[in-house]
Amino acid sequence: MRSILTTLGIIIGIVAVTTMSTAIIGLREAFLNSISSLGSDVLYVDKFPWFAMRDWSAFRNRKDLTIEQYEKLREMLSNYEAMAPTKRTFGSSVKRKDRSVTMSMIIGTTEEYQRTSQLVLEEGRFINEIEVNAARKVCIIGQDIVKELFPLENPINKEIKVNNMPMKVVGVLEKQGSGFLGSFSMDGQIILPLKTFESVLGESRNRLRIDIKIGDVDKLDDAKEEITALMRIIRKVPPGKDDDFAINQQEAFKQMYDQTVGVIAYAGIVITALSLFVGAIGIMNIMFVSVTERTKEIGIRKAIGAKTWSILFQFLIEAAMICLLGGIMGILISYPISLIINQFLPTSMPIPVVFLALFISILVGLISGFLPAWRASRLNPVDSLRYE
Amino acid sequence: MNIINIEHIAKIYQVGSEEVHALADVSLRIDKGEYVAIMGPSGSGKSTLMNILGCLDTPTKGVYNFKGTSVSQMNDNELASIRNKEIGFVFQTFNLLPRSDALHNVELPLIYAGVSSFERKERARAALEHVGLADRMTHKPNELSGGQRQRVAIARALVTSPSIILADEPTGNLDTKTGEDIMSLFLEISGQGNTIILVTHEEYIAEHAERIIRLRDGLIENDEIVKERFAPIKNGASKM
Repeated sequence: MRSILTTLGIIIGIVAVTTMSTAIIGLREAFLNSISSLGSDVLYVDKFPWFAMRDWSAFRNRKDLTIEQYEKLREMLSNYEAMAPTKRTFGSSVKRKDRSVTMSMIIGTTEEYQRTSQLVLEEGRFINEIEVNAARKVCIIGQDIVKELFPLENPINKEIKVNNMPMKVVGVLEKQGSGFLGSFSMDGQIILPLKTFESVLGESRNRLRIDIKIGDVDKLDDAKEEITALMRIIRKVPPGKDDDFAINQQEAFKQMYDQTVGVIAYAGIVITALSLFVGAIGIMNIMFVSVTERTKEIGIRKAIGAKTWSILFQFLIEAAMICLLGGIMGILISYPISLIINQFLPTSMPIPVVFLALFISILVGLISGFLPAWRASRLNPVDSLRYE
Repeated sequence: MNIINIEHIAKIYQVGSEEVHALADVSLRIDKGEYVAIMGPSGSGKSTLMNILGCLDTPTKGVYNFKGTSVSQMNDNELASIRNKEIGFVFQTFNLLPRSDALHNVELPLIYAGVSSFERKERARAALEHVGLADRMTHKPNELSGGQRQRVAIARALVTSPSIILADEPTGNLDTKTGEDIMSLFLEISGQGNTIILVTHEEYIAEHAERIIRLRDGLIENDEIVKERFAPIKNGASKM
């Protein structure tokens, strides 16, 4: 009973270790899922870098990208698979009769957006070149929009109102799945032709971004260089001055993510180390008590020939076993917790983590048991035999 | 043949600023096969002498040769090895491991000697049979009577076939009848050629031995042969 109470520290430590690592692996999975929609061979030419380490004020006075710049780039760039200018806005009013959607992202773009974003349609078709050029009032909608506005009917060729402007639904996107921690779902998109977007939502309010699918991850760096050079010419950046635009890619997200998770993991390690430390002190305490209580036993063992190291090992192994037991209990507790986490993040408890946890608990036992075991092994047989 | 040969040994304890001479100057030889009783009132130094003879402790001065090897300067592990192989202890309070059964208690010295599990079990069983506890092997100490516990302890002392058996007041915690039984067992073991050193302060217990050494104030007061070697054994205990 007393041992179980003492192992509580170890149990908590192991629960912390395993759930932390399970959660972190889950976060990573979820994150990769949600950024995979960006495409690893796609470059995004934007006014700002997505993750700026420097002060934002340095970018504030940059001029927006323009459609003319997009067209020039399109003409001059040698090798690419698809290129789409995009504008986007959140939270505009989207209605169908008396139903409305609150969380939506409206994107204005061209027919090539389907390829740069690797979108798959469930029904209907994507917007075509004619509709883009003529600024037709057509749109593609995601699954969440379908769910909200068309709970019972097929949305194809039906009308929805974006900012009170009627639009015909020509296509429905396949379900994309929840994004990072469910913050924004890719299923809440509405895609319009760029000019339609501008006429409905205003021309200058939303900045232009150029999405370029290179088609080959290995050529990404070359493409990046070429685009930089071209954009400097197009935007007339004098030599020696910094770029007044940025080329972003999925990689930037990953770096950002790794930093964030690094911080979380670091905090996790600190918490875990702390609880294991408390646990270790508990084990050390109980081992000292145990050594004192069993002084006579140690005396007997020594009298009949136990060497110093056999006593040392006996107590070390005992401490390690207590901790291993704690570790196993910790894993038994954190397994259901990992199942709960699995409801939010795509994860399960990884086997290496289980072994790591058991290894750590044995290690804690050996470290915390060493001093008491050492004391036991040094006991004088004459005195310990006399001990009552 | 000498098993034990001690010359001018002394044990001095420092108690506060005072030096206590538990043993002042003791010289002693014990031959193989002897059955010796060490007697003396409390404070005479007999416990200290027993600890030194049993290699549980080392003398402050003097030389202790055990089977021709000097043990006075040995370190803890070397002493442990001597205790394990050469000395069998029987204590007044039995000193069995309370949570282990009789068999495991008897096996214990063999574990420390590095004997294989199978051989250990065989030898422990044989030793328990030897002391008449064949049917008590799986009993824990608290399920055994005092006499039976002491028999387990004697089996444990015998199991390594040691050069000497050191018994410290082996009947001190037993009633007279059981004590007599244990003493008969010692006689039997002695009759089989074992060397026994018995520490006691009871005259009638010491009388079982062939030789009685009397201590007083850390010195040998008297050392005499009281019985011829292989004297007739009473109580019909010679069933060897």
